[in-house]
Amino acid sequence: MPERVLNGVLNGLRGVGHQVVNGVWRLGYAARFFLVTLLRSATSFRRFRGLTFREIYFAGVLSLIIIIVSGLFVGMVLGLQGYETLQKYGSSEAVGTLVALSLVRELGPVVAALLFASRAGSAMTAEIGLMKATEQISAMEMMAVDPIARVIGPRFWGGVISMPLLAAIFSAMGVLGGYLITVVVIGVDAGAFWSQMQSAVDFQHDIVNGIIKSVVFGVAVTAISLFEGYDAPPTAEGVSGATTRTVVTSSLAILGLDFILTAFMFKGV
Amino acid sequence: MNRTVLDAWVGIFVAVGIGALFFLALKVGNASDSVGDIYRVSAEFENIGGLKVRAPVKSAGVVVGRVSDIQFDAKKFVARVTLNVGKRYEFPKDTSVSILTSGLLGEQYVGMEAGGDSAALKDGDTIKLTQSAVVLEKLIGQFLYNKAAEGGTNKDTK
Repeated sequence: MPERVLNGVLNGLRGVGHQVVNGVWRLGYAARFFLVTLLRSATSFRRFRGLTFREIYFAGVLSLIIIIVSGLFVGMVLGLQGYETLQKYGSSEAVGTLVALSLVRELGPVVAALLFASRAGSAMTAEIGLMKATEQISAMEMMAVDPIARVIGPRFWGGVISMPLLAAIFSAMGVLGGYLITVVVIGVDAGAFWSQMQSAVDFQHDIVNGIIKSVVFGVAVTAISLFEGYDAPPTAEGVSGATTRTVVTSSLAILGLDFILTAFMFKGV
Repeated sequence: MNRTVLDAWVGIFVAVGIGALFFLALKVGNASDSVGDIYRVSAEFENIGGLKVRAPVKSAGVVVGRVSDIQFDAKKFVARVTLNVGKRYEFPKDTSVSILTSGLLGEQYVGMEAGGDSAALKDGDTIKLTQSAVVLEKLIGQFLYNKAAEGGTNKDTK
C-alpha cells in the first residue's frame, strides 16, 4: 500500500517536471524560430511587392471590415456610457476627451490586436499548419527553397506592417462613432467636443505611445501565430489545436504586454 | 487573385491607415497647436495648487505656451515652475503670472499679464511677480470663519 502511494506521488511529480521541461523547451524553440525569422527576412523586403504585398492583403485588407465596424460600435458605446455618467456632473462636453483618450491609449491598440489575433492570426496558423500537414514545407526544403524566408518571413512582416494601421483605423473610427452618438444624436456641442479632446490628447504622450503599443502587439501576435502553425502536429487535430492555442496565447500575450507597456508609459504624470 | 487588384487593395488599405493616423494626430491630438520655437522662463510660486506639467500658459485667454517643468525648491520652500513660451510672443520684463482655474472645477493653467516695461523677457529669465493658486478649501474656511465672527458680533449688538 505505501508503495502505491509513493508511486502516485512520484508520477505526479514526474508529470509536473515533464510539463515544465516541455514548456521551457517550447519557449526556447519559439525564441529561436523568431530569431531565424528576423535573420532571414531579407527575402521579404527584396521581393516586397511579390511576397509581402500579398500578406498585407490577407492580414490587413481582409481585417478592415471587422476593424471598422467594431471601432464604430466601441466608440458609440463609449460615447453613450460616458455621456450617461458625465452629464450627472454637468460636464457632458468632456465625453470627447473620455472617448479619445480611452481609444487612443488602450482600446484602439488592444481591441484591434485581439480582433487581429482571431481574424488574421488564426488564419495564418491554419494555413501554415495545413502546409506542413500536406508536406508542402518539406517539399520546399527538398527544392532547396528556404520555407522560413519564403513562407514565414513575408507573413511576419505583412502582419507587423498591418497591425499599427489597423489600430489607427480602429481608434479613428471609434472617435467618429463617439462623435456620431454624442454630437449628432444626443446634441453635445461639437466645438466643445473637439476642443476639449484636442487640449487633453497629447501627440507624444498618447498617440505615439498607442502606436508603439500596436507595433509591439503586431510583432507578438504574428510571431505567436506563425510559430504555432509551424510547430503544429501535421494532423487535422493538431492544426485545429494549434489554431485554438494561437488565439488563446495571443490574447493573453496582448493583455499581459499591455499592462507592462502601460506601466512603463503612463506613470501617473 | 489578380496582381493589380491586390496592389490596389493594399494601396487603399495603407492610404486609409495613414489617413487615420493623420486624423488622430491633427484632429484628435494637439500636434497642430504647438507654438513653434520657444523660450523658457521660470517663476516661483508659494502654492501651485493642482497645476500639472503640460498645462497651458495663456495670455488674454490665448494659449501662448505650456508648463514644461515643476520642481520644489528645497532652500526657499517654493515651487519653481518652468514655462515654455512661443518665440513669437514677446512679453515685457515686468509681466506677472498667476495660476488660474478655467471654470469652477476645470483644469488649472498659468495666466500671463503683460506689464509696461520696454525690455522683453529673455530665455532663462525669472518672473518676479507671481500670484499663487487659490485653494478652495482655504477660501471656504476663511469665509466660514468670517461668517461665524460676524454672527458673534451681531448677537452682541442685539
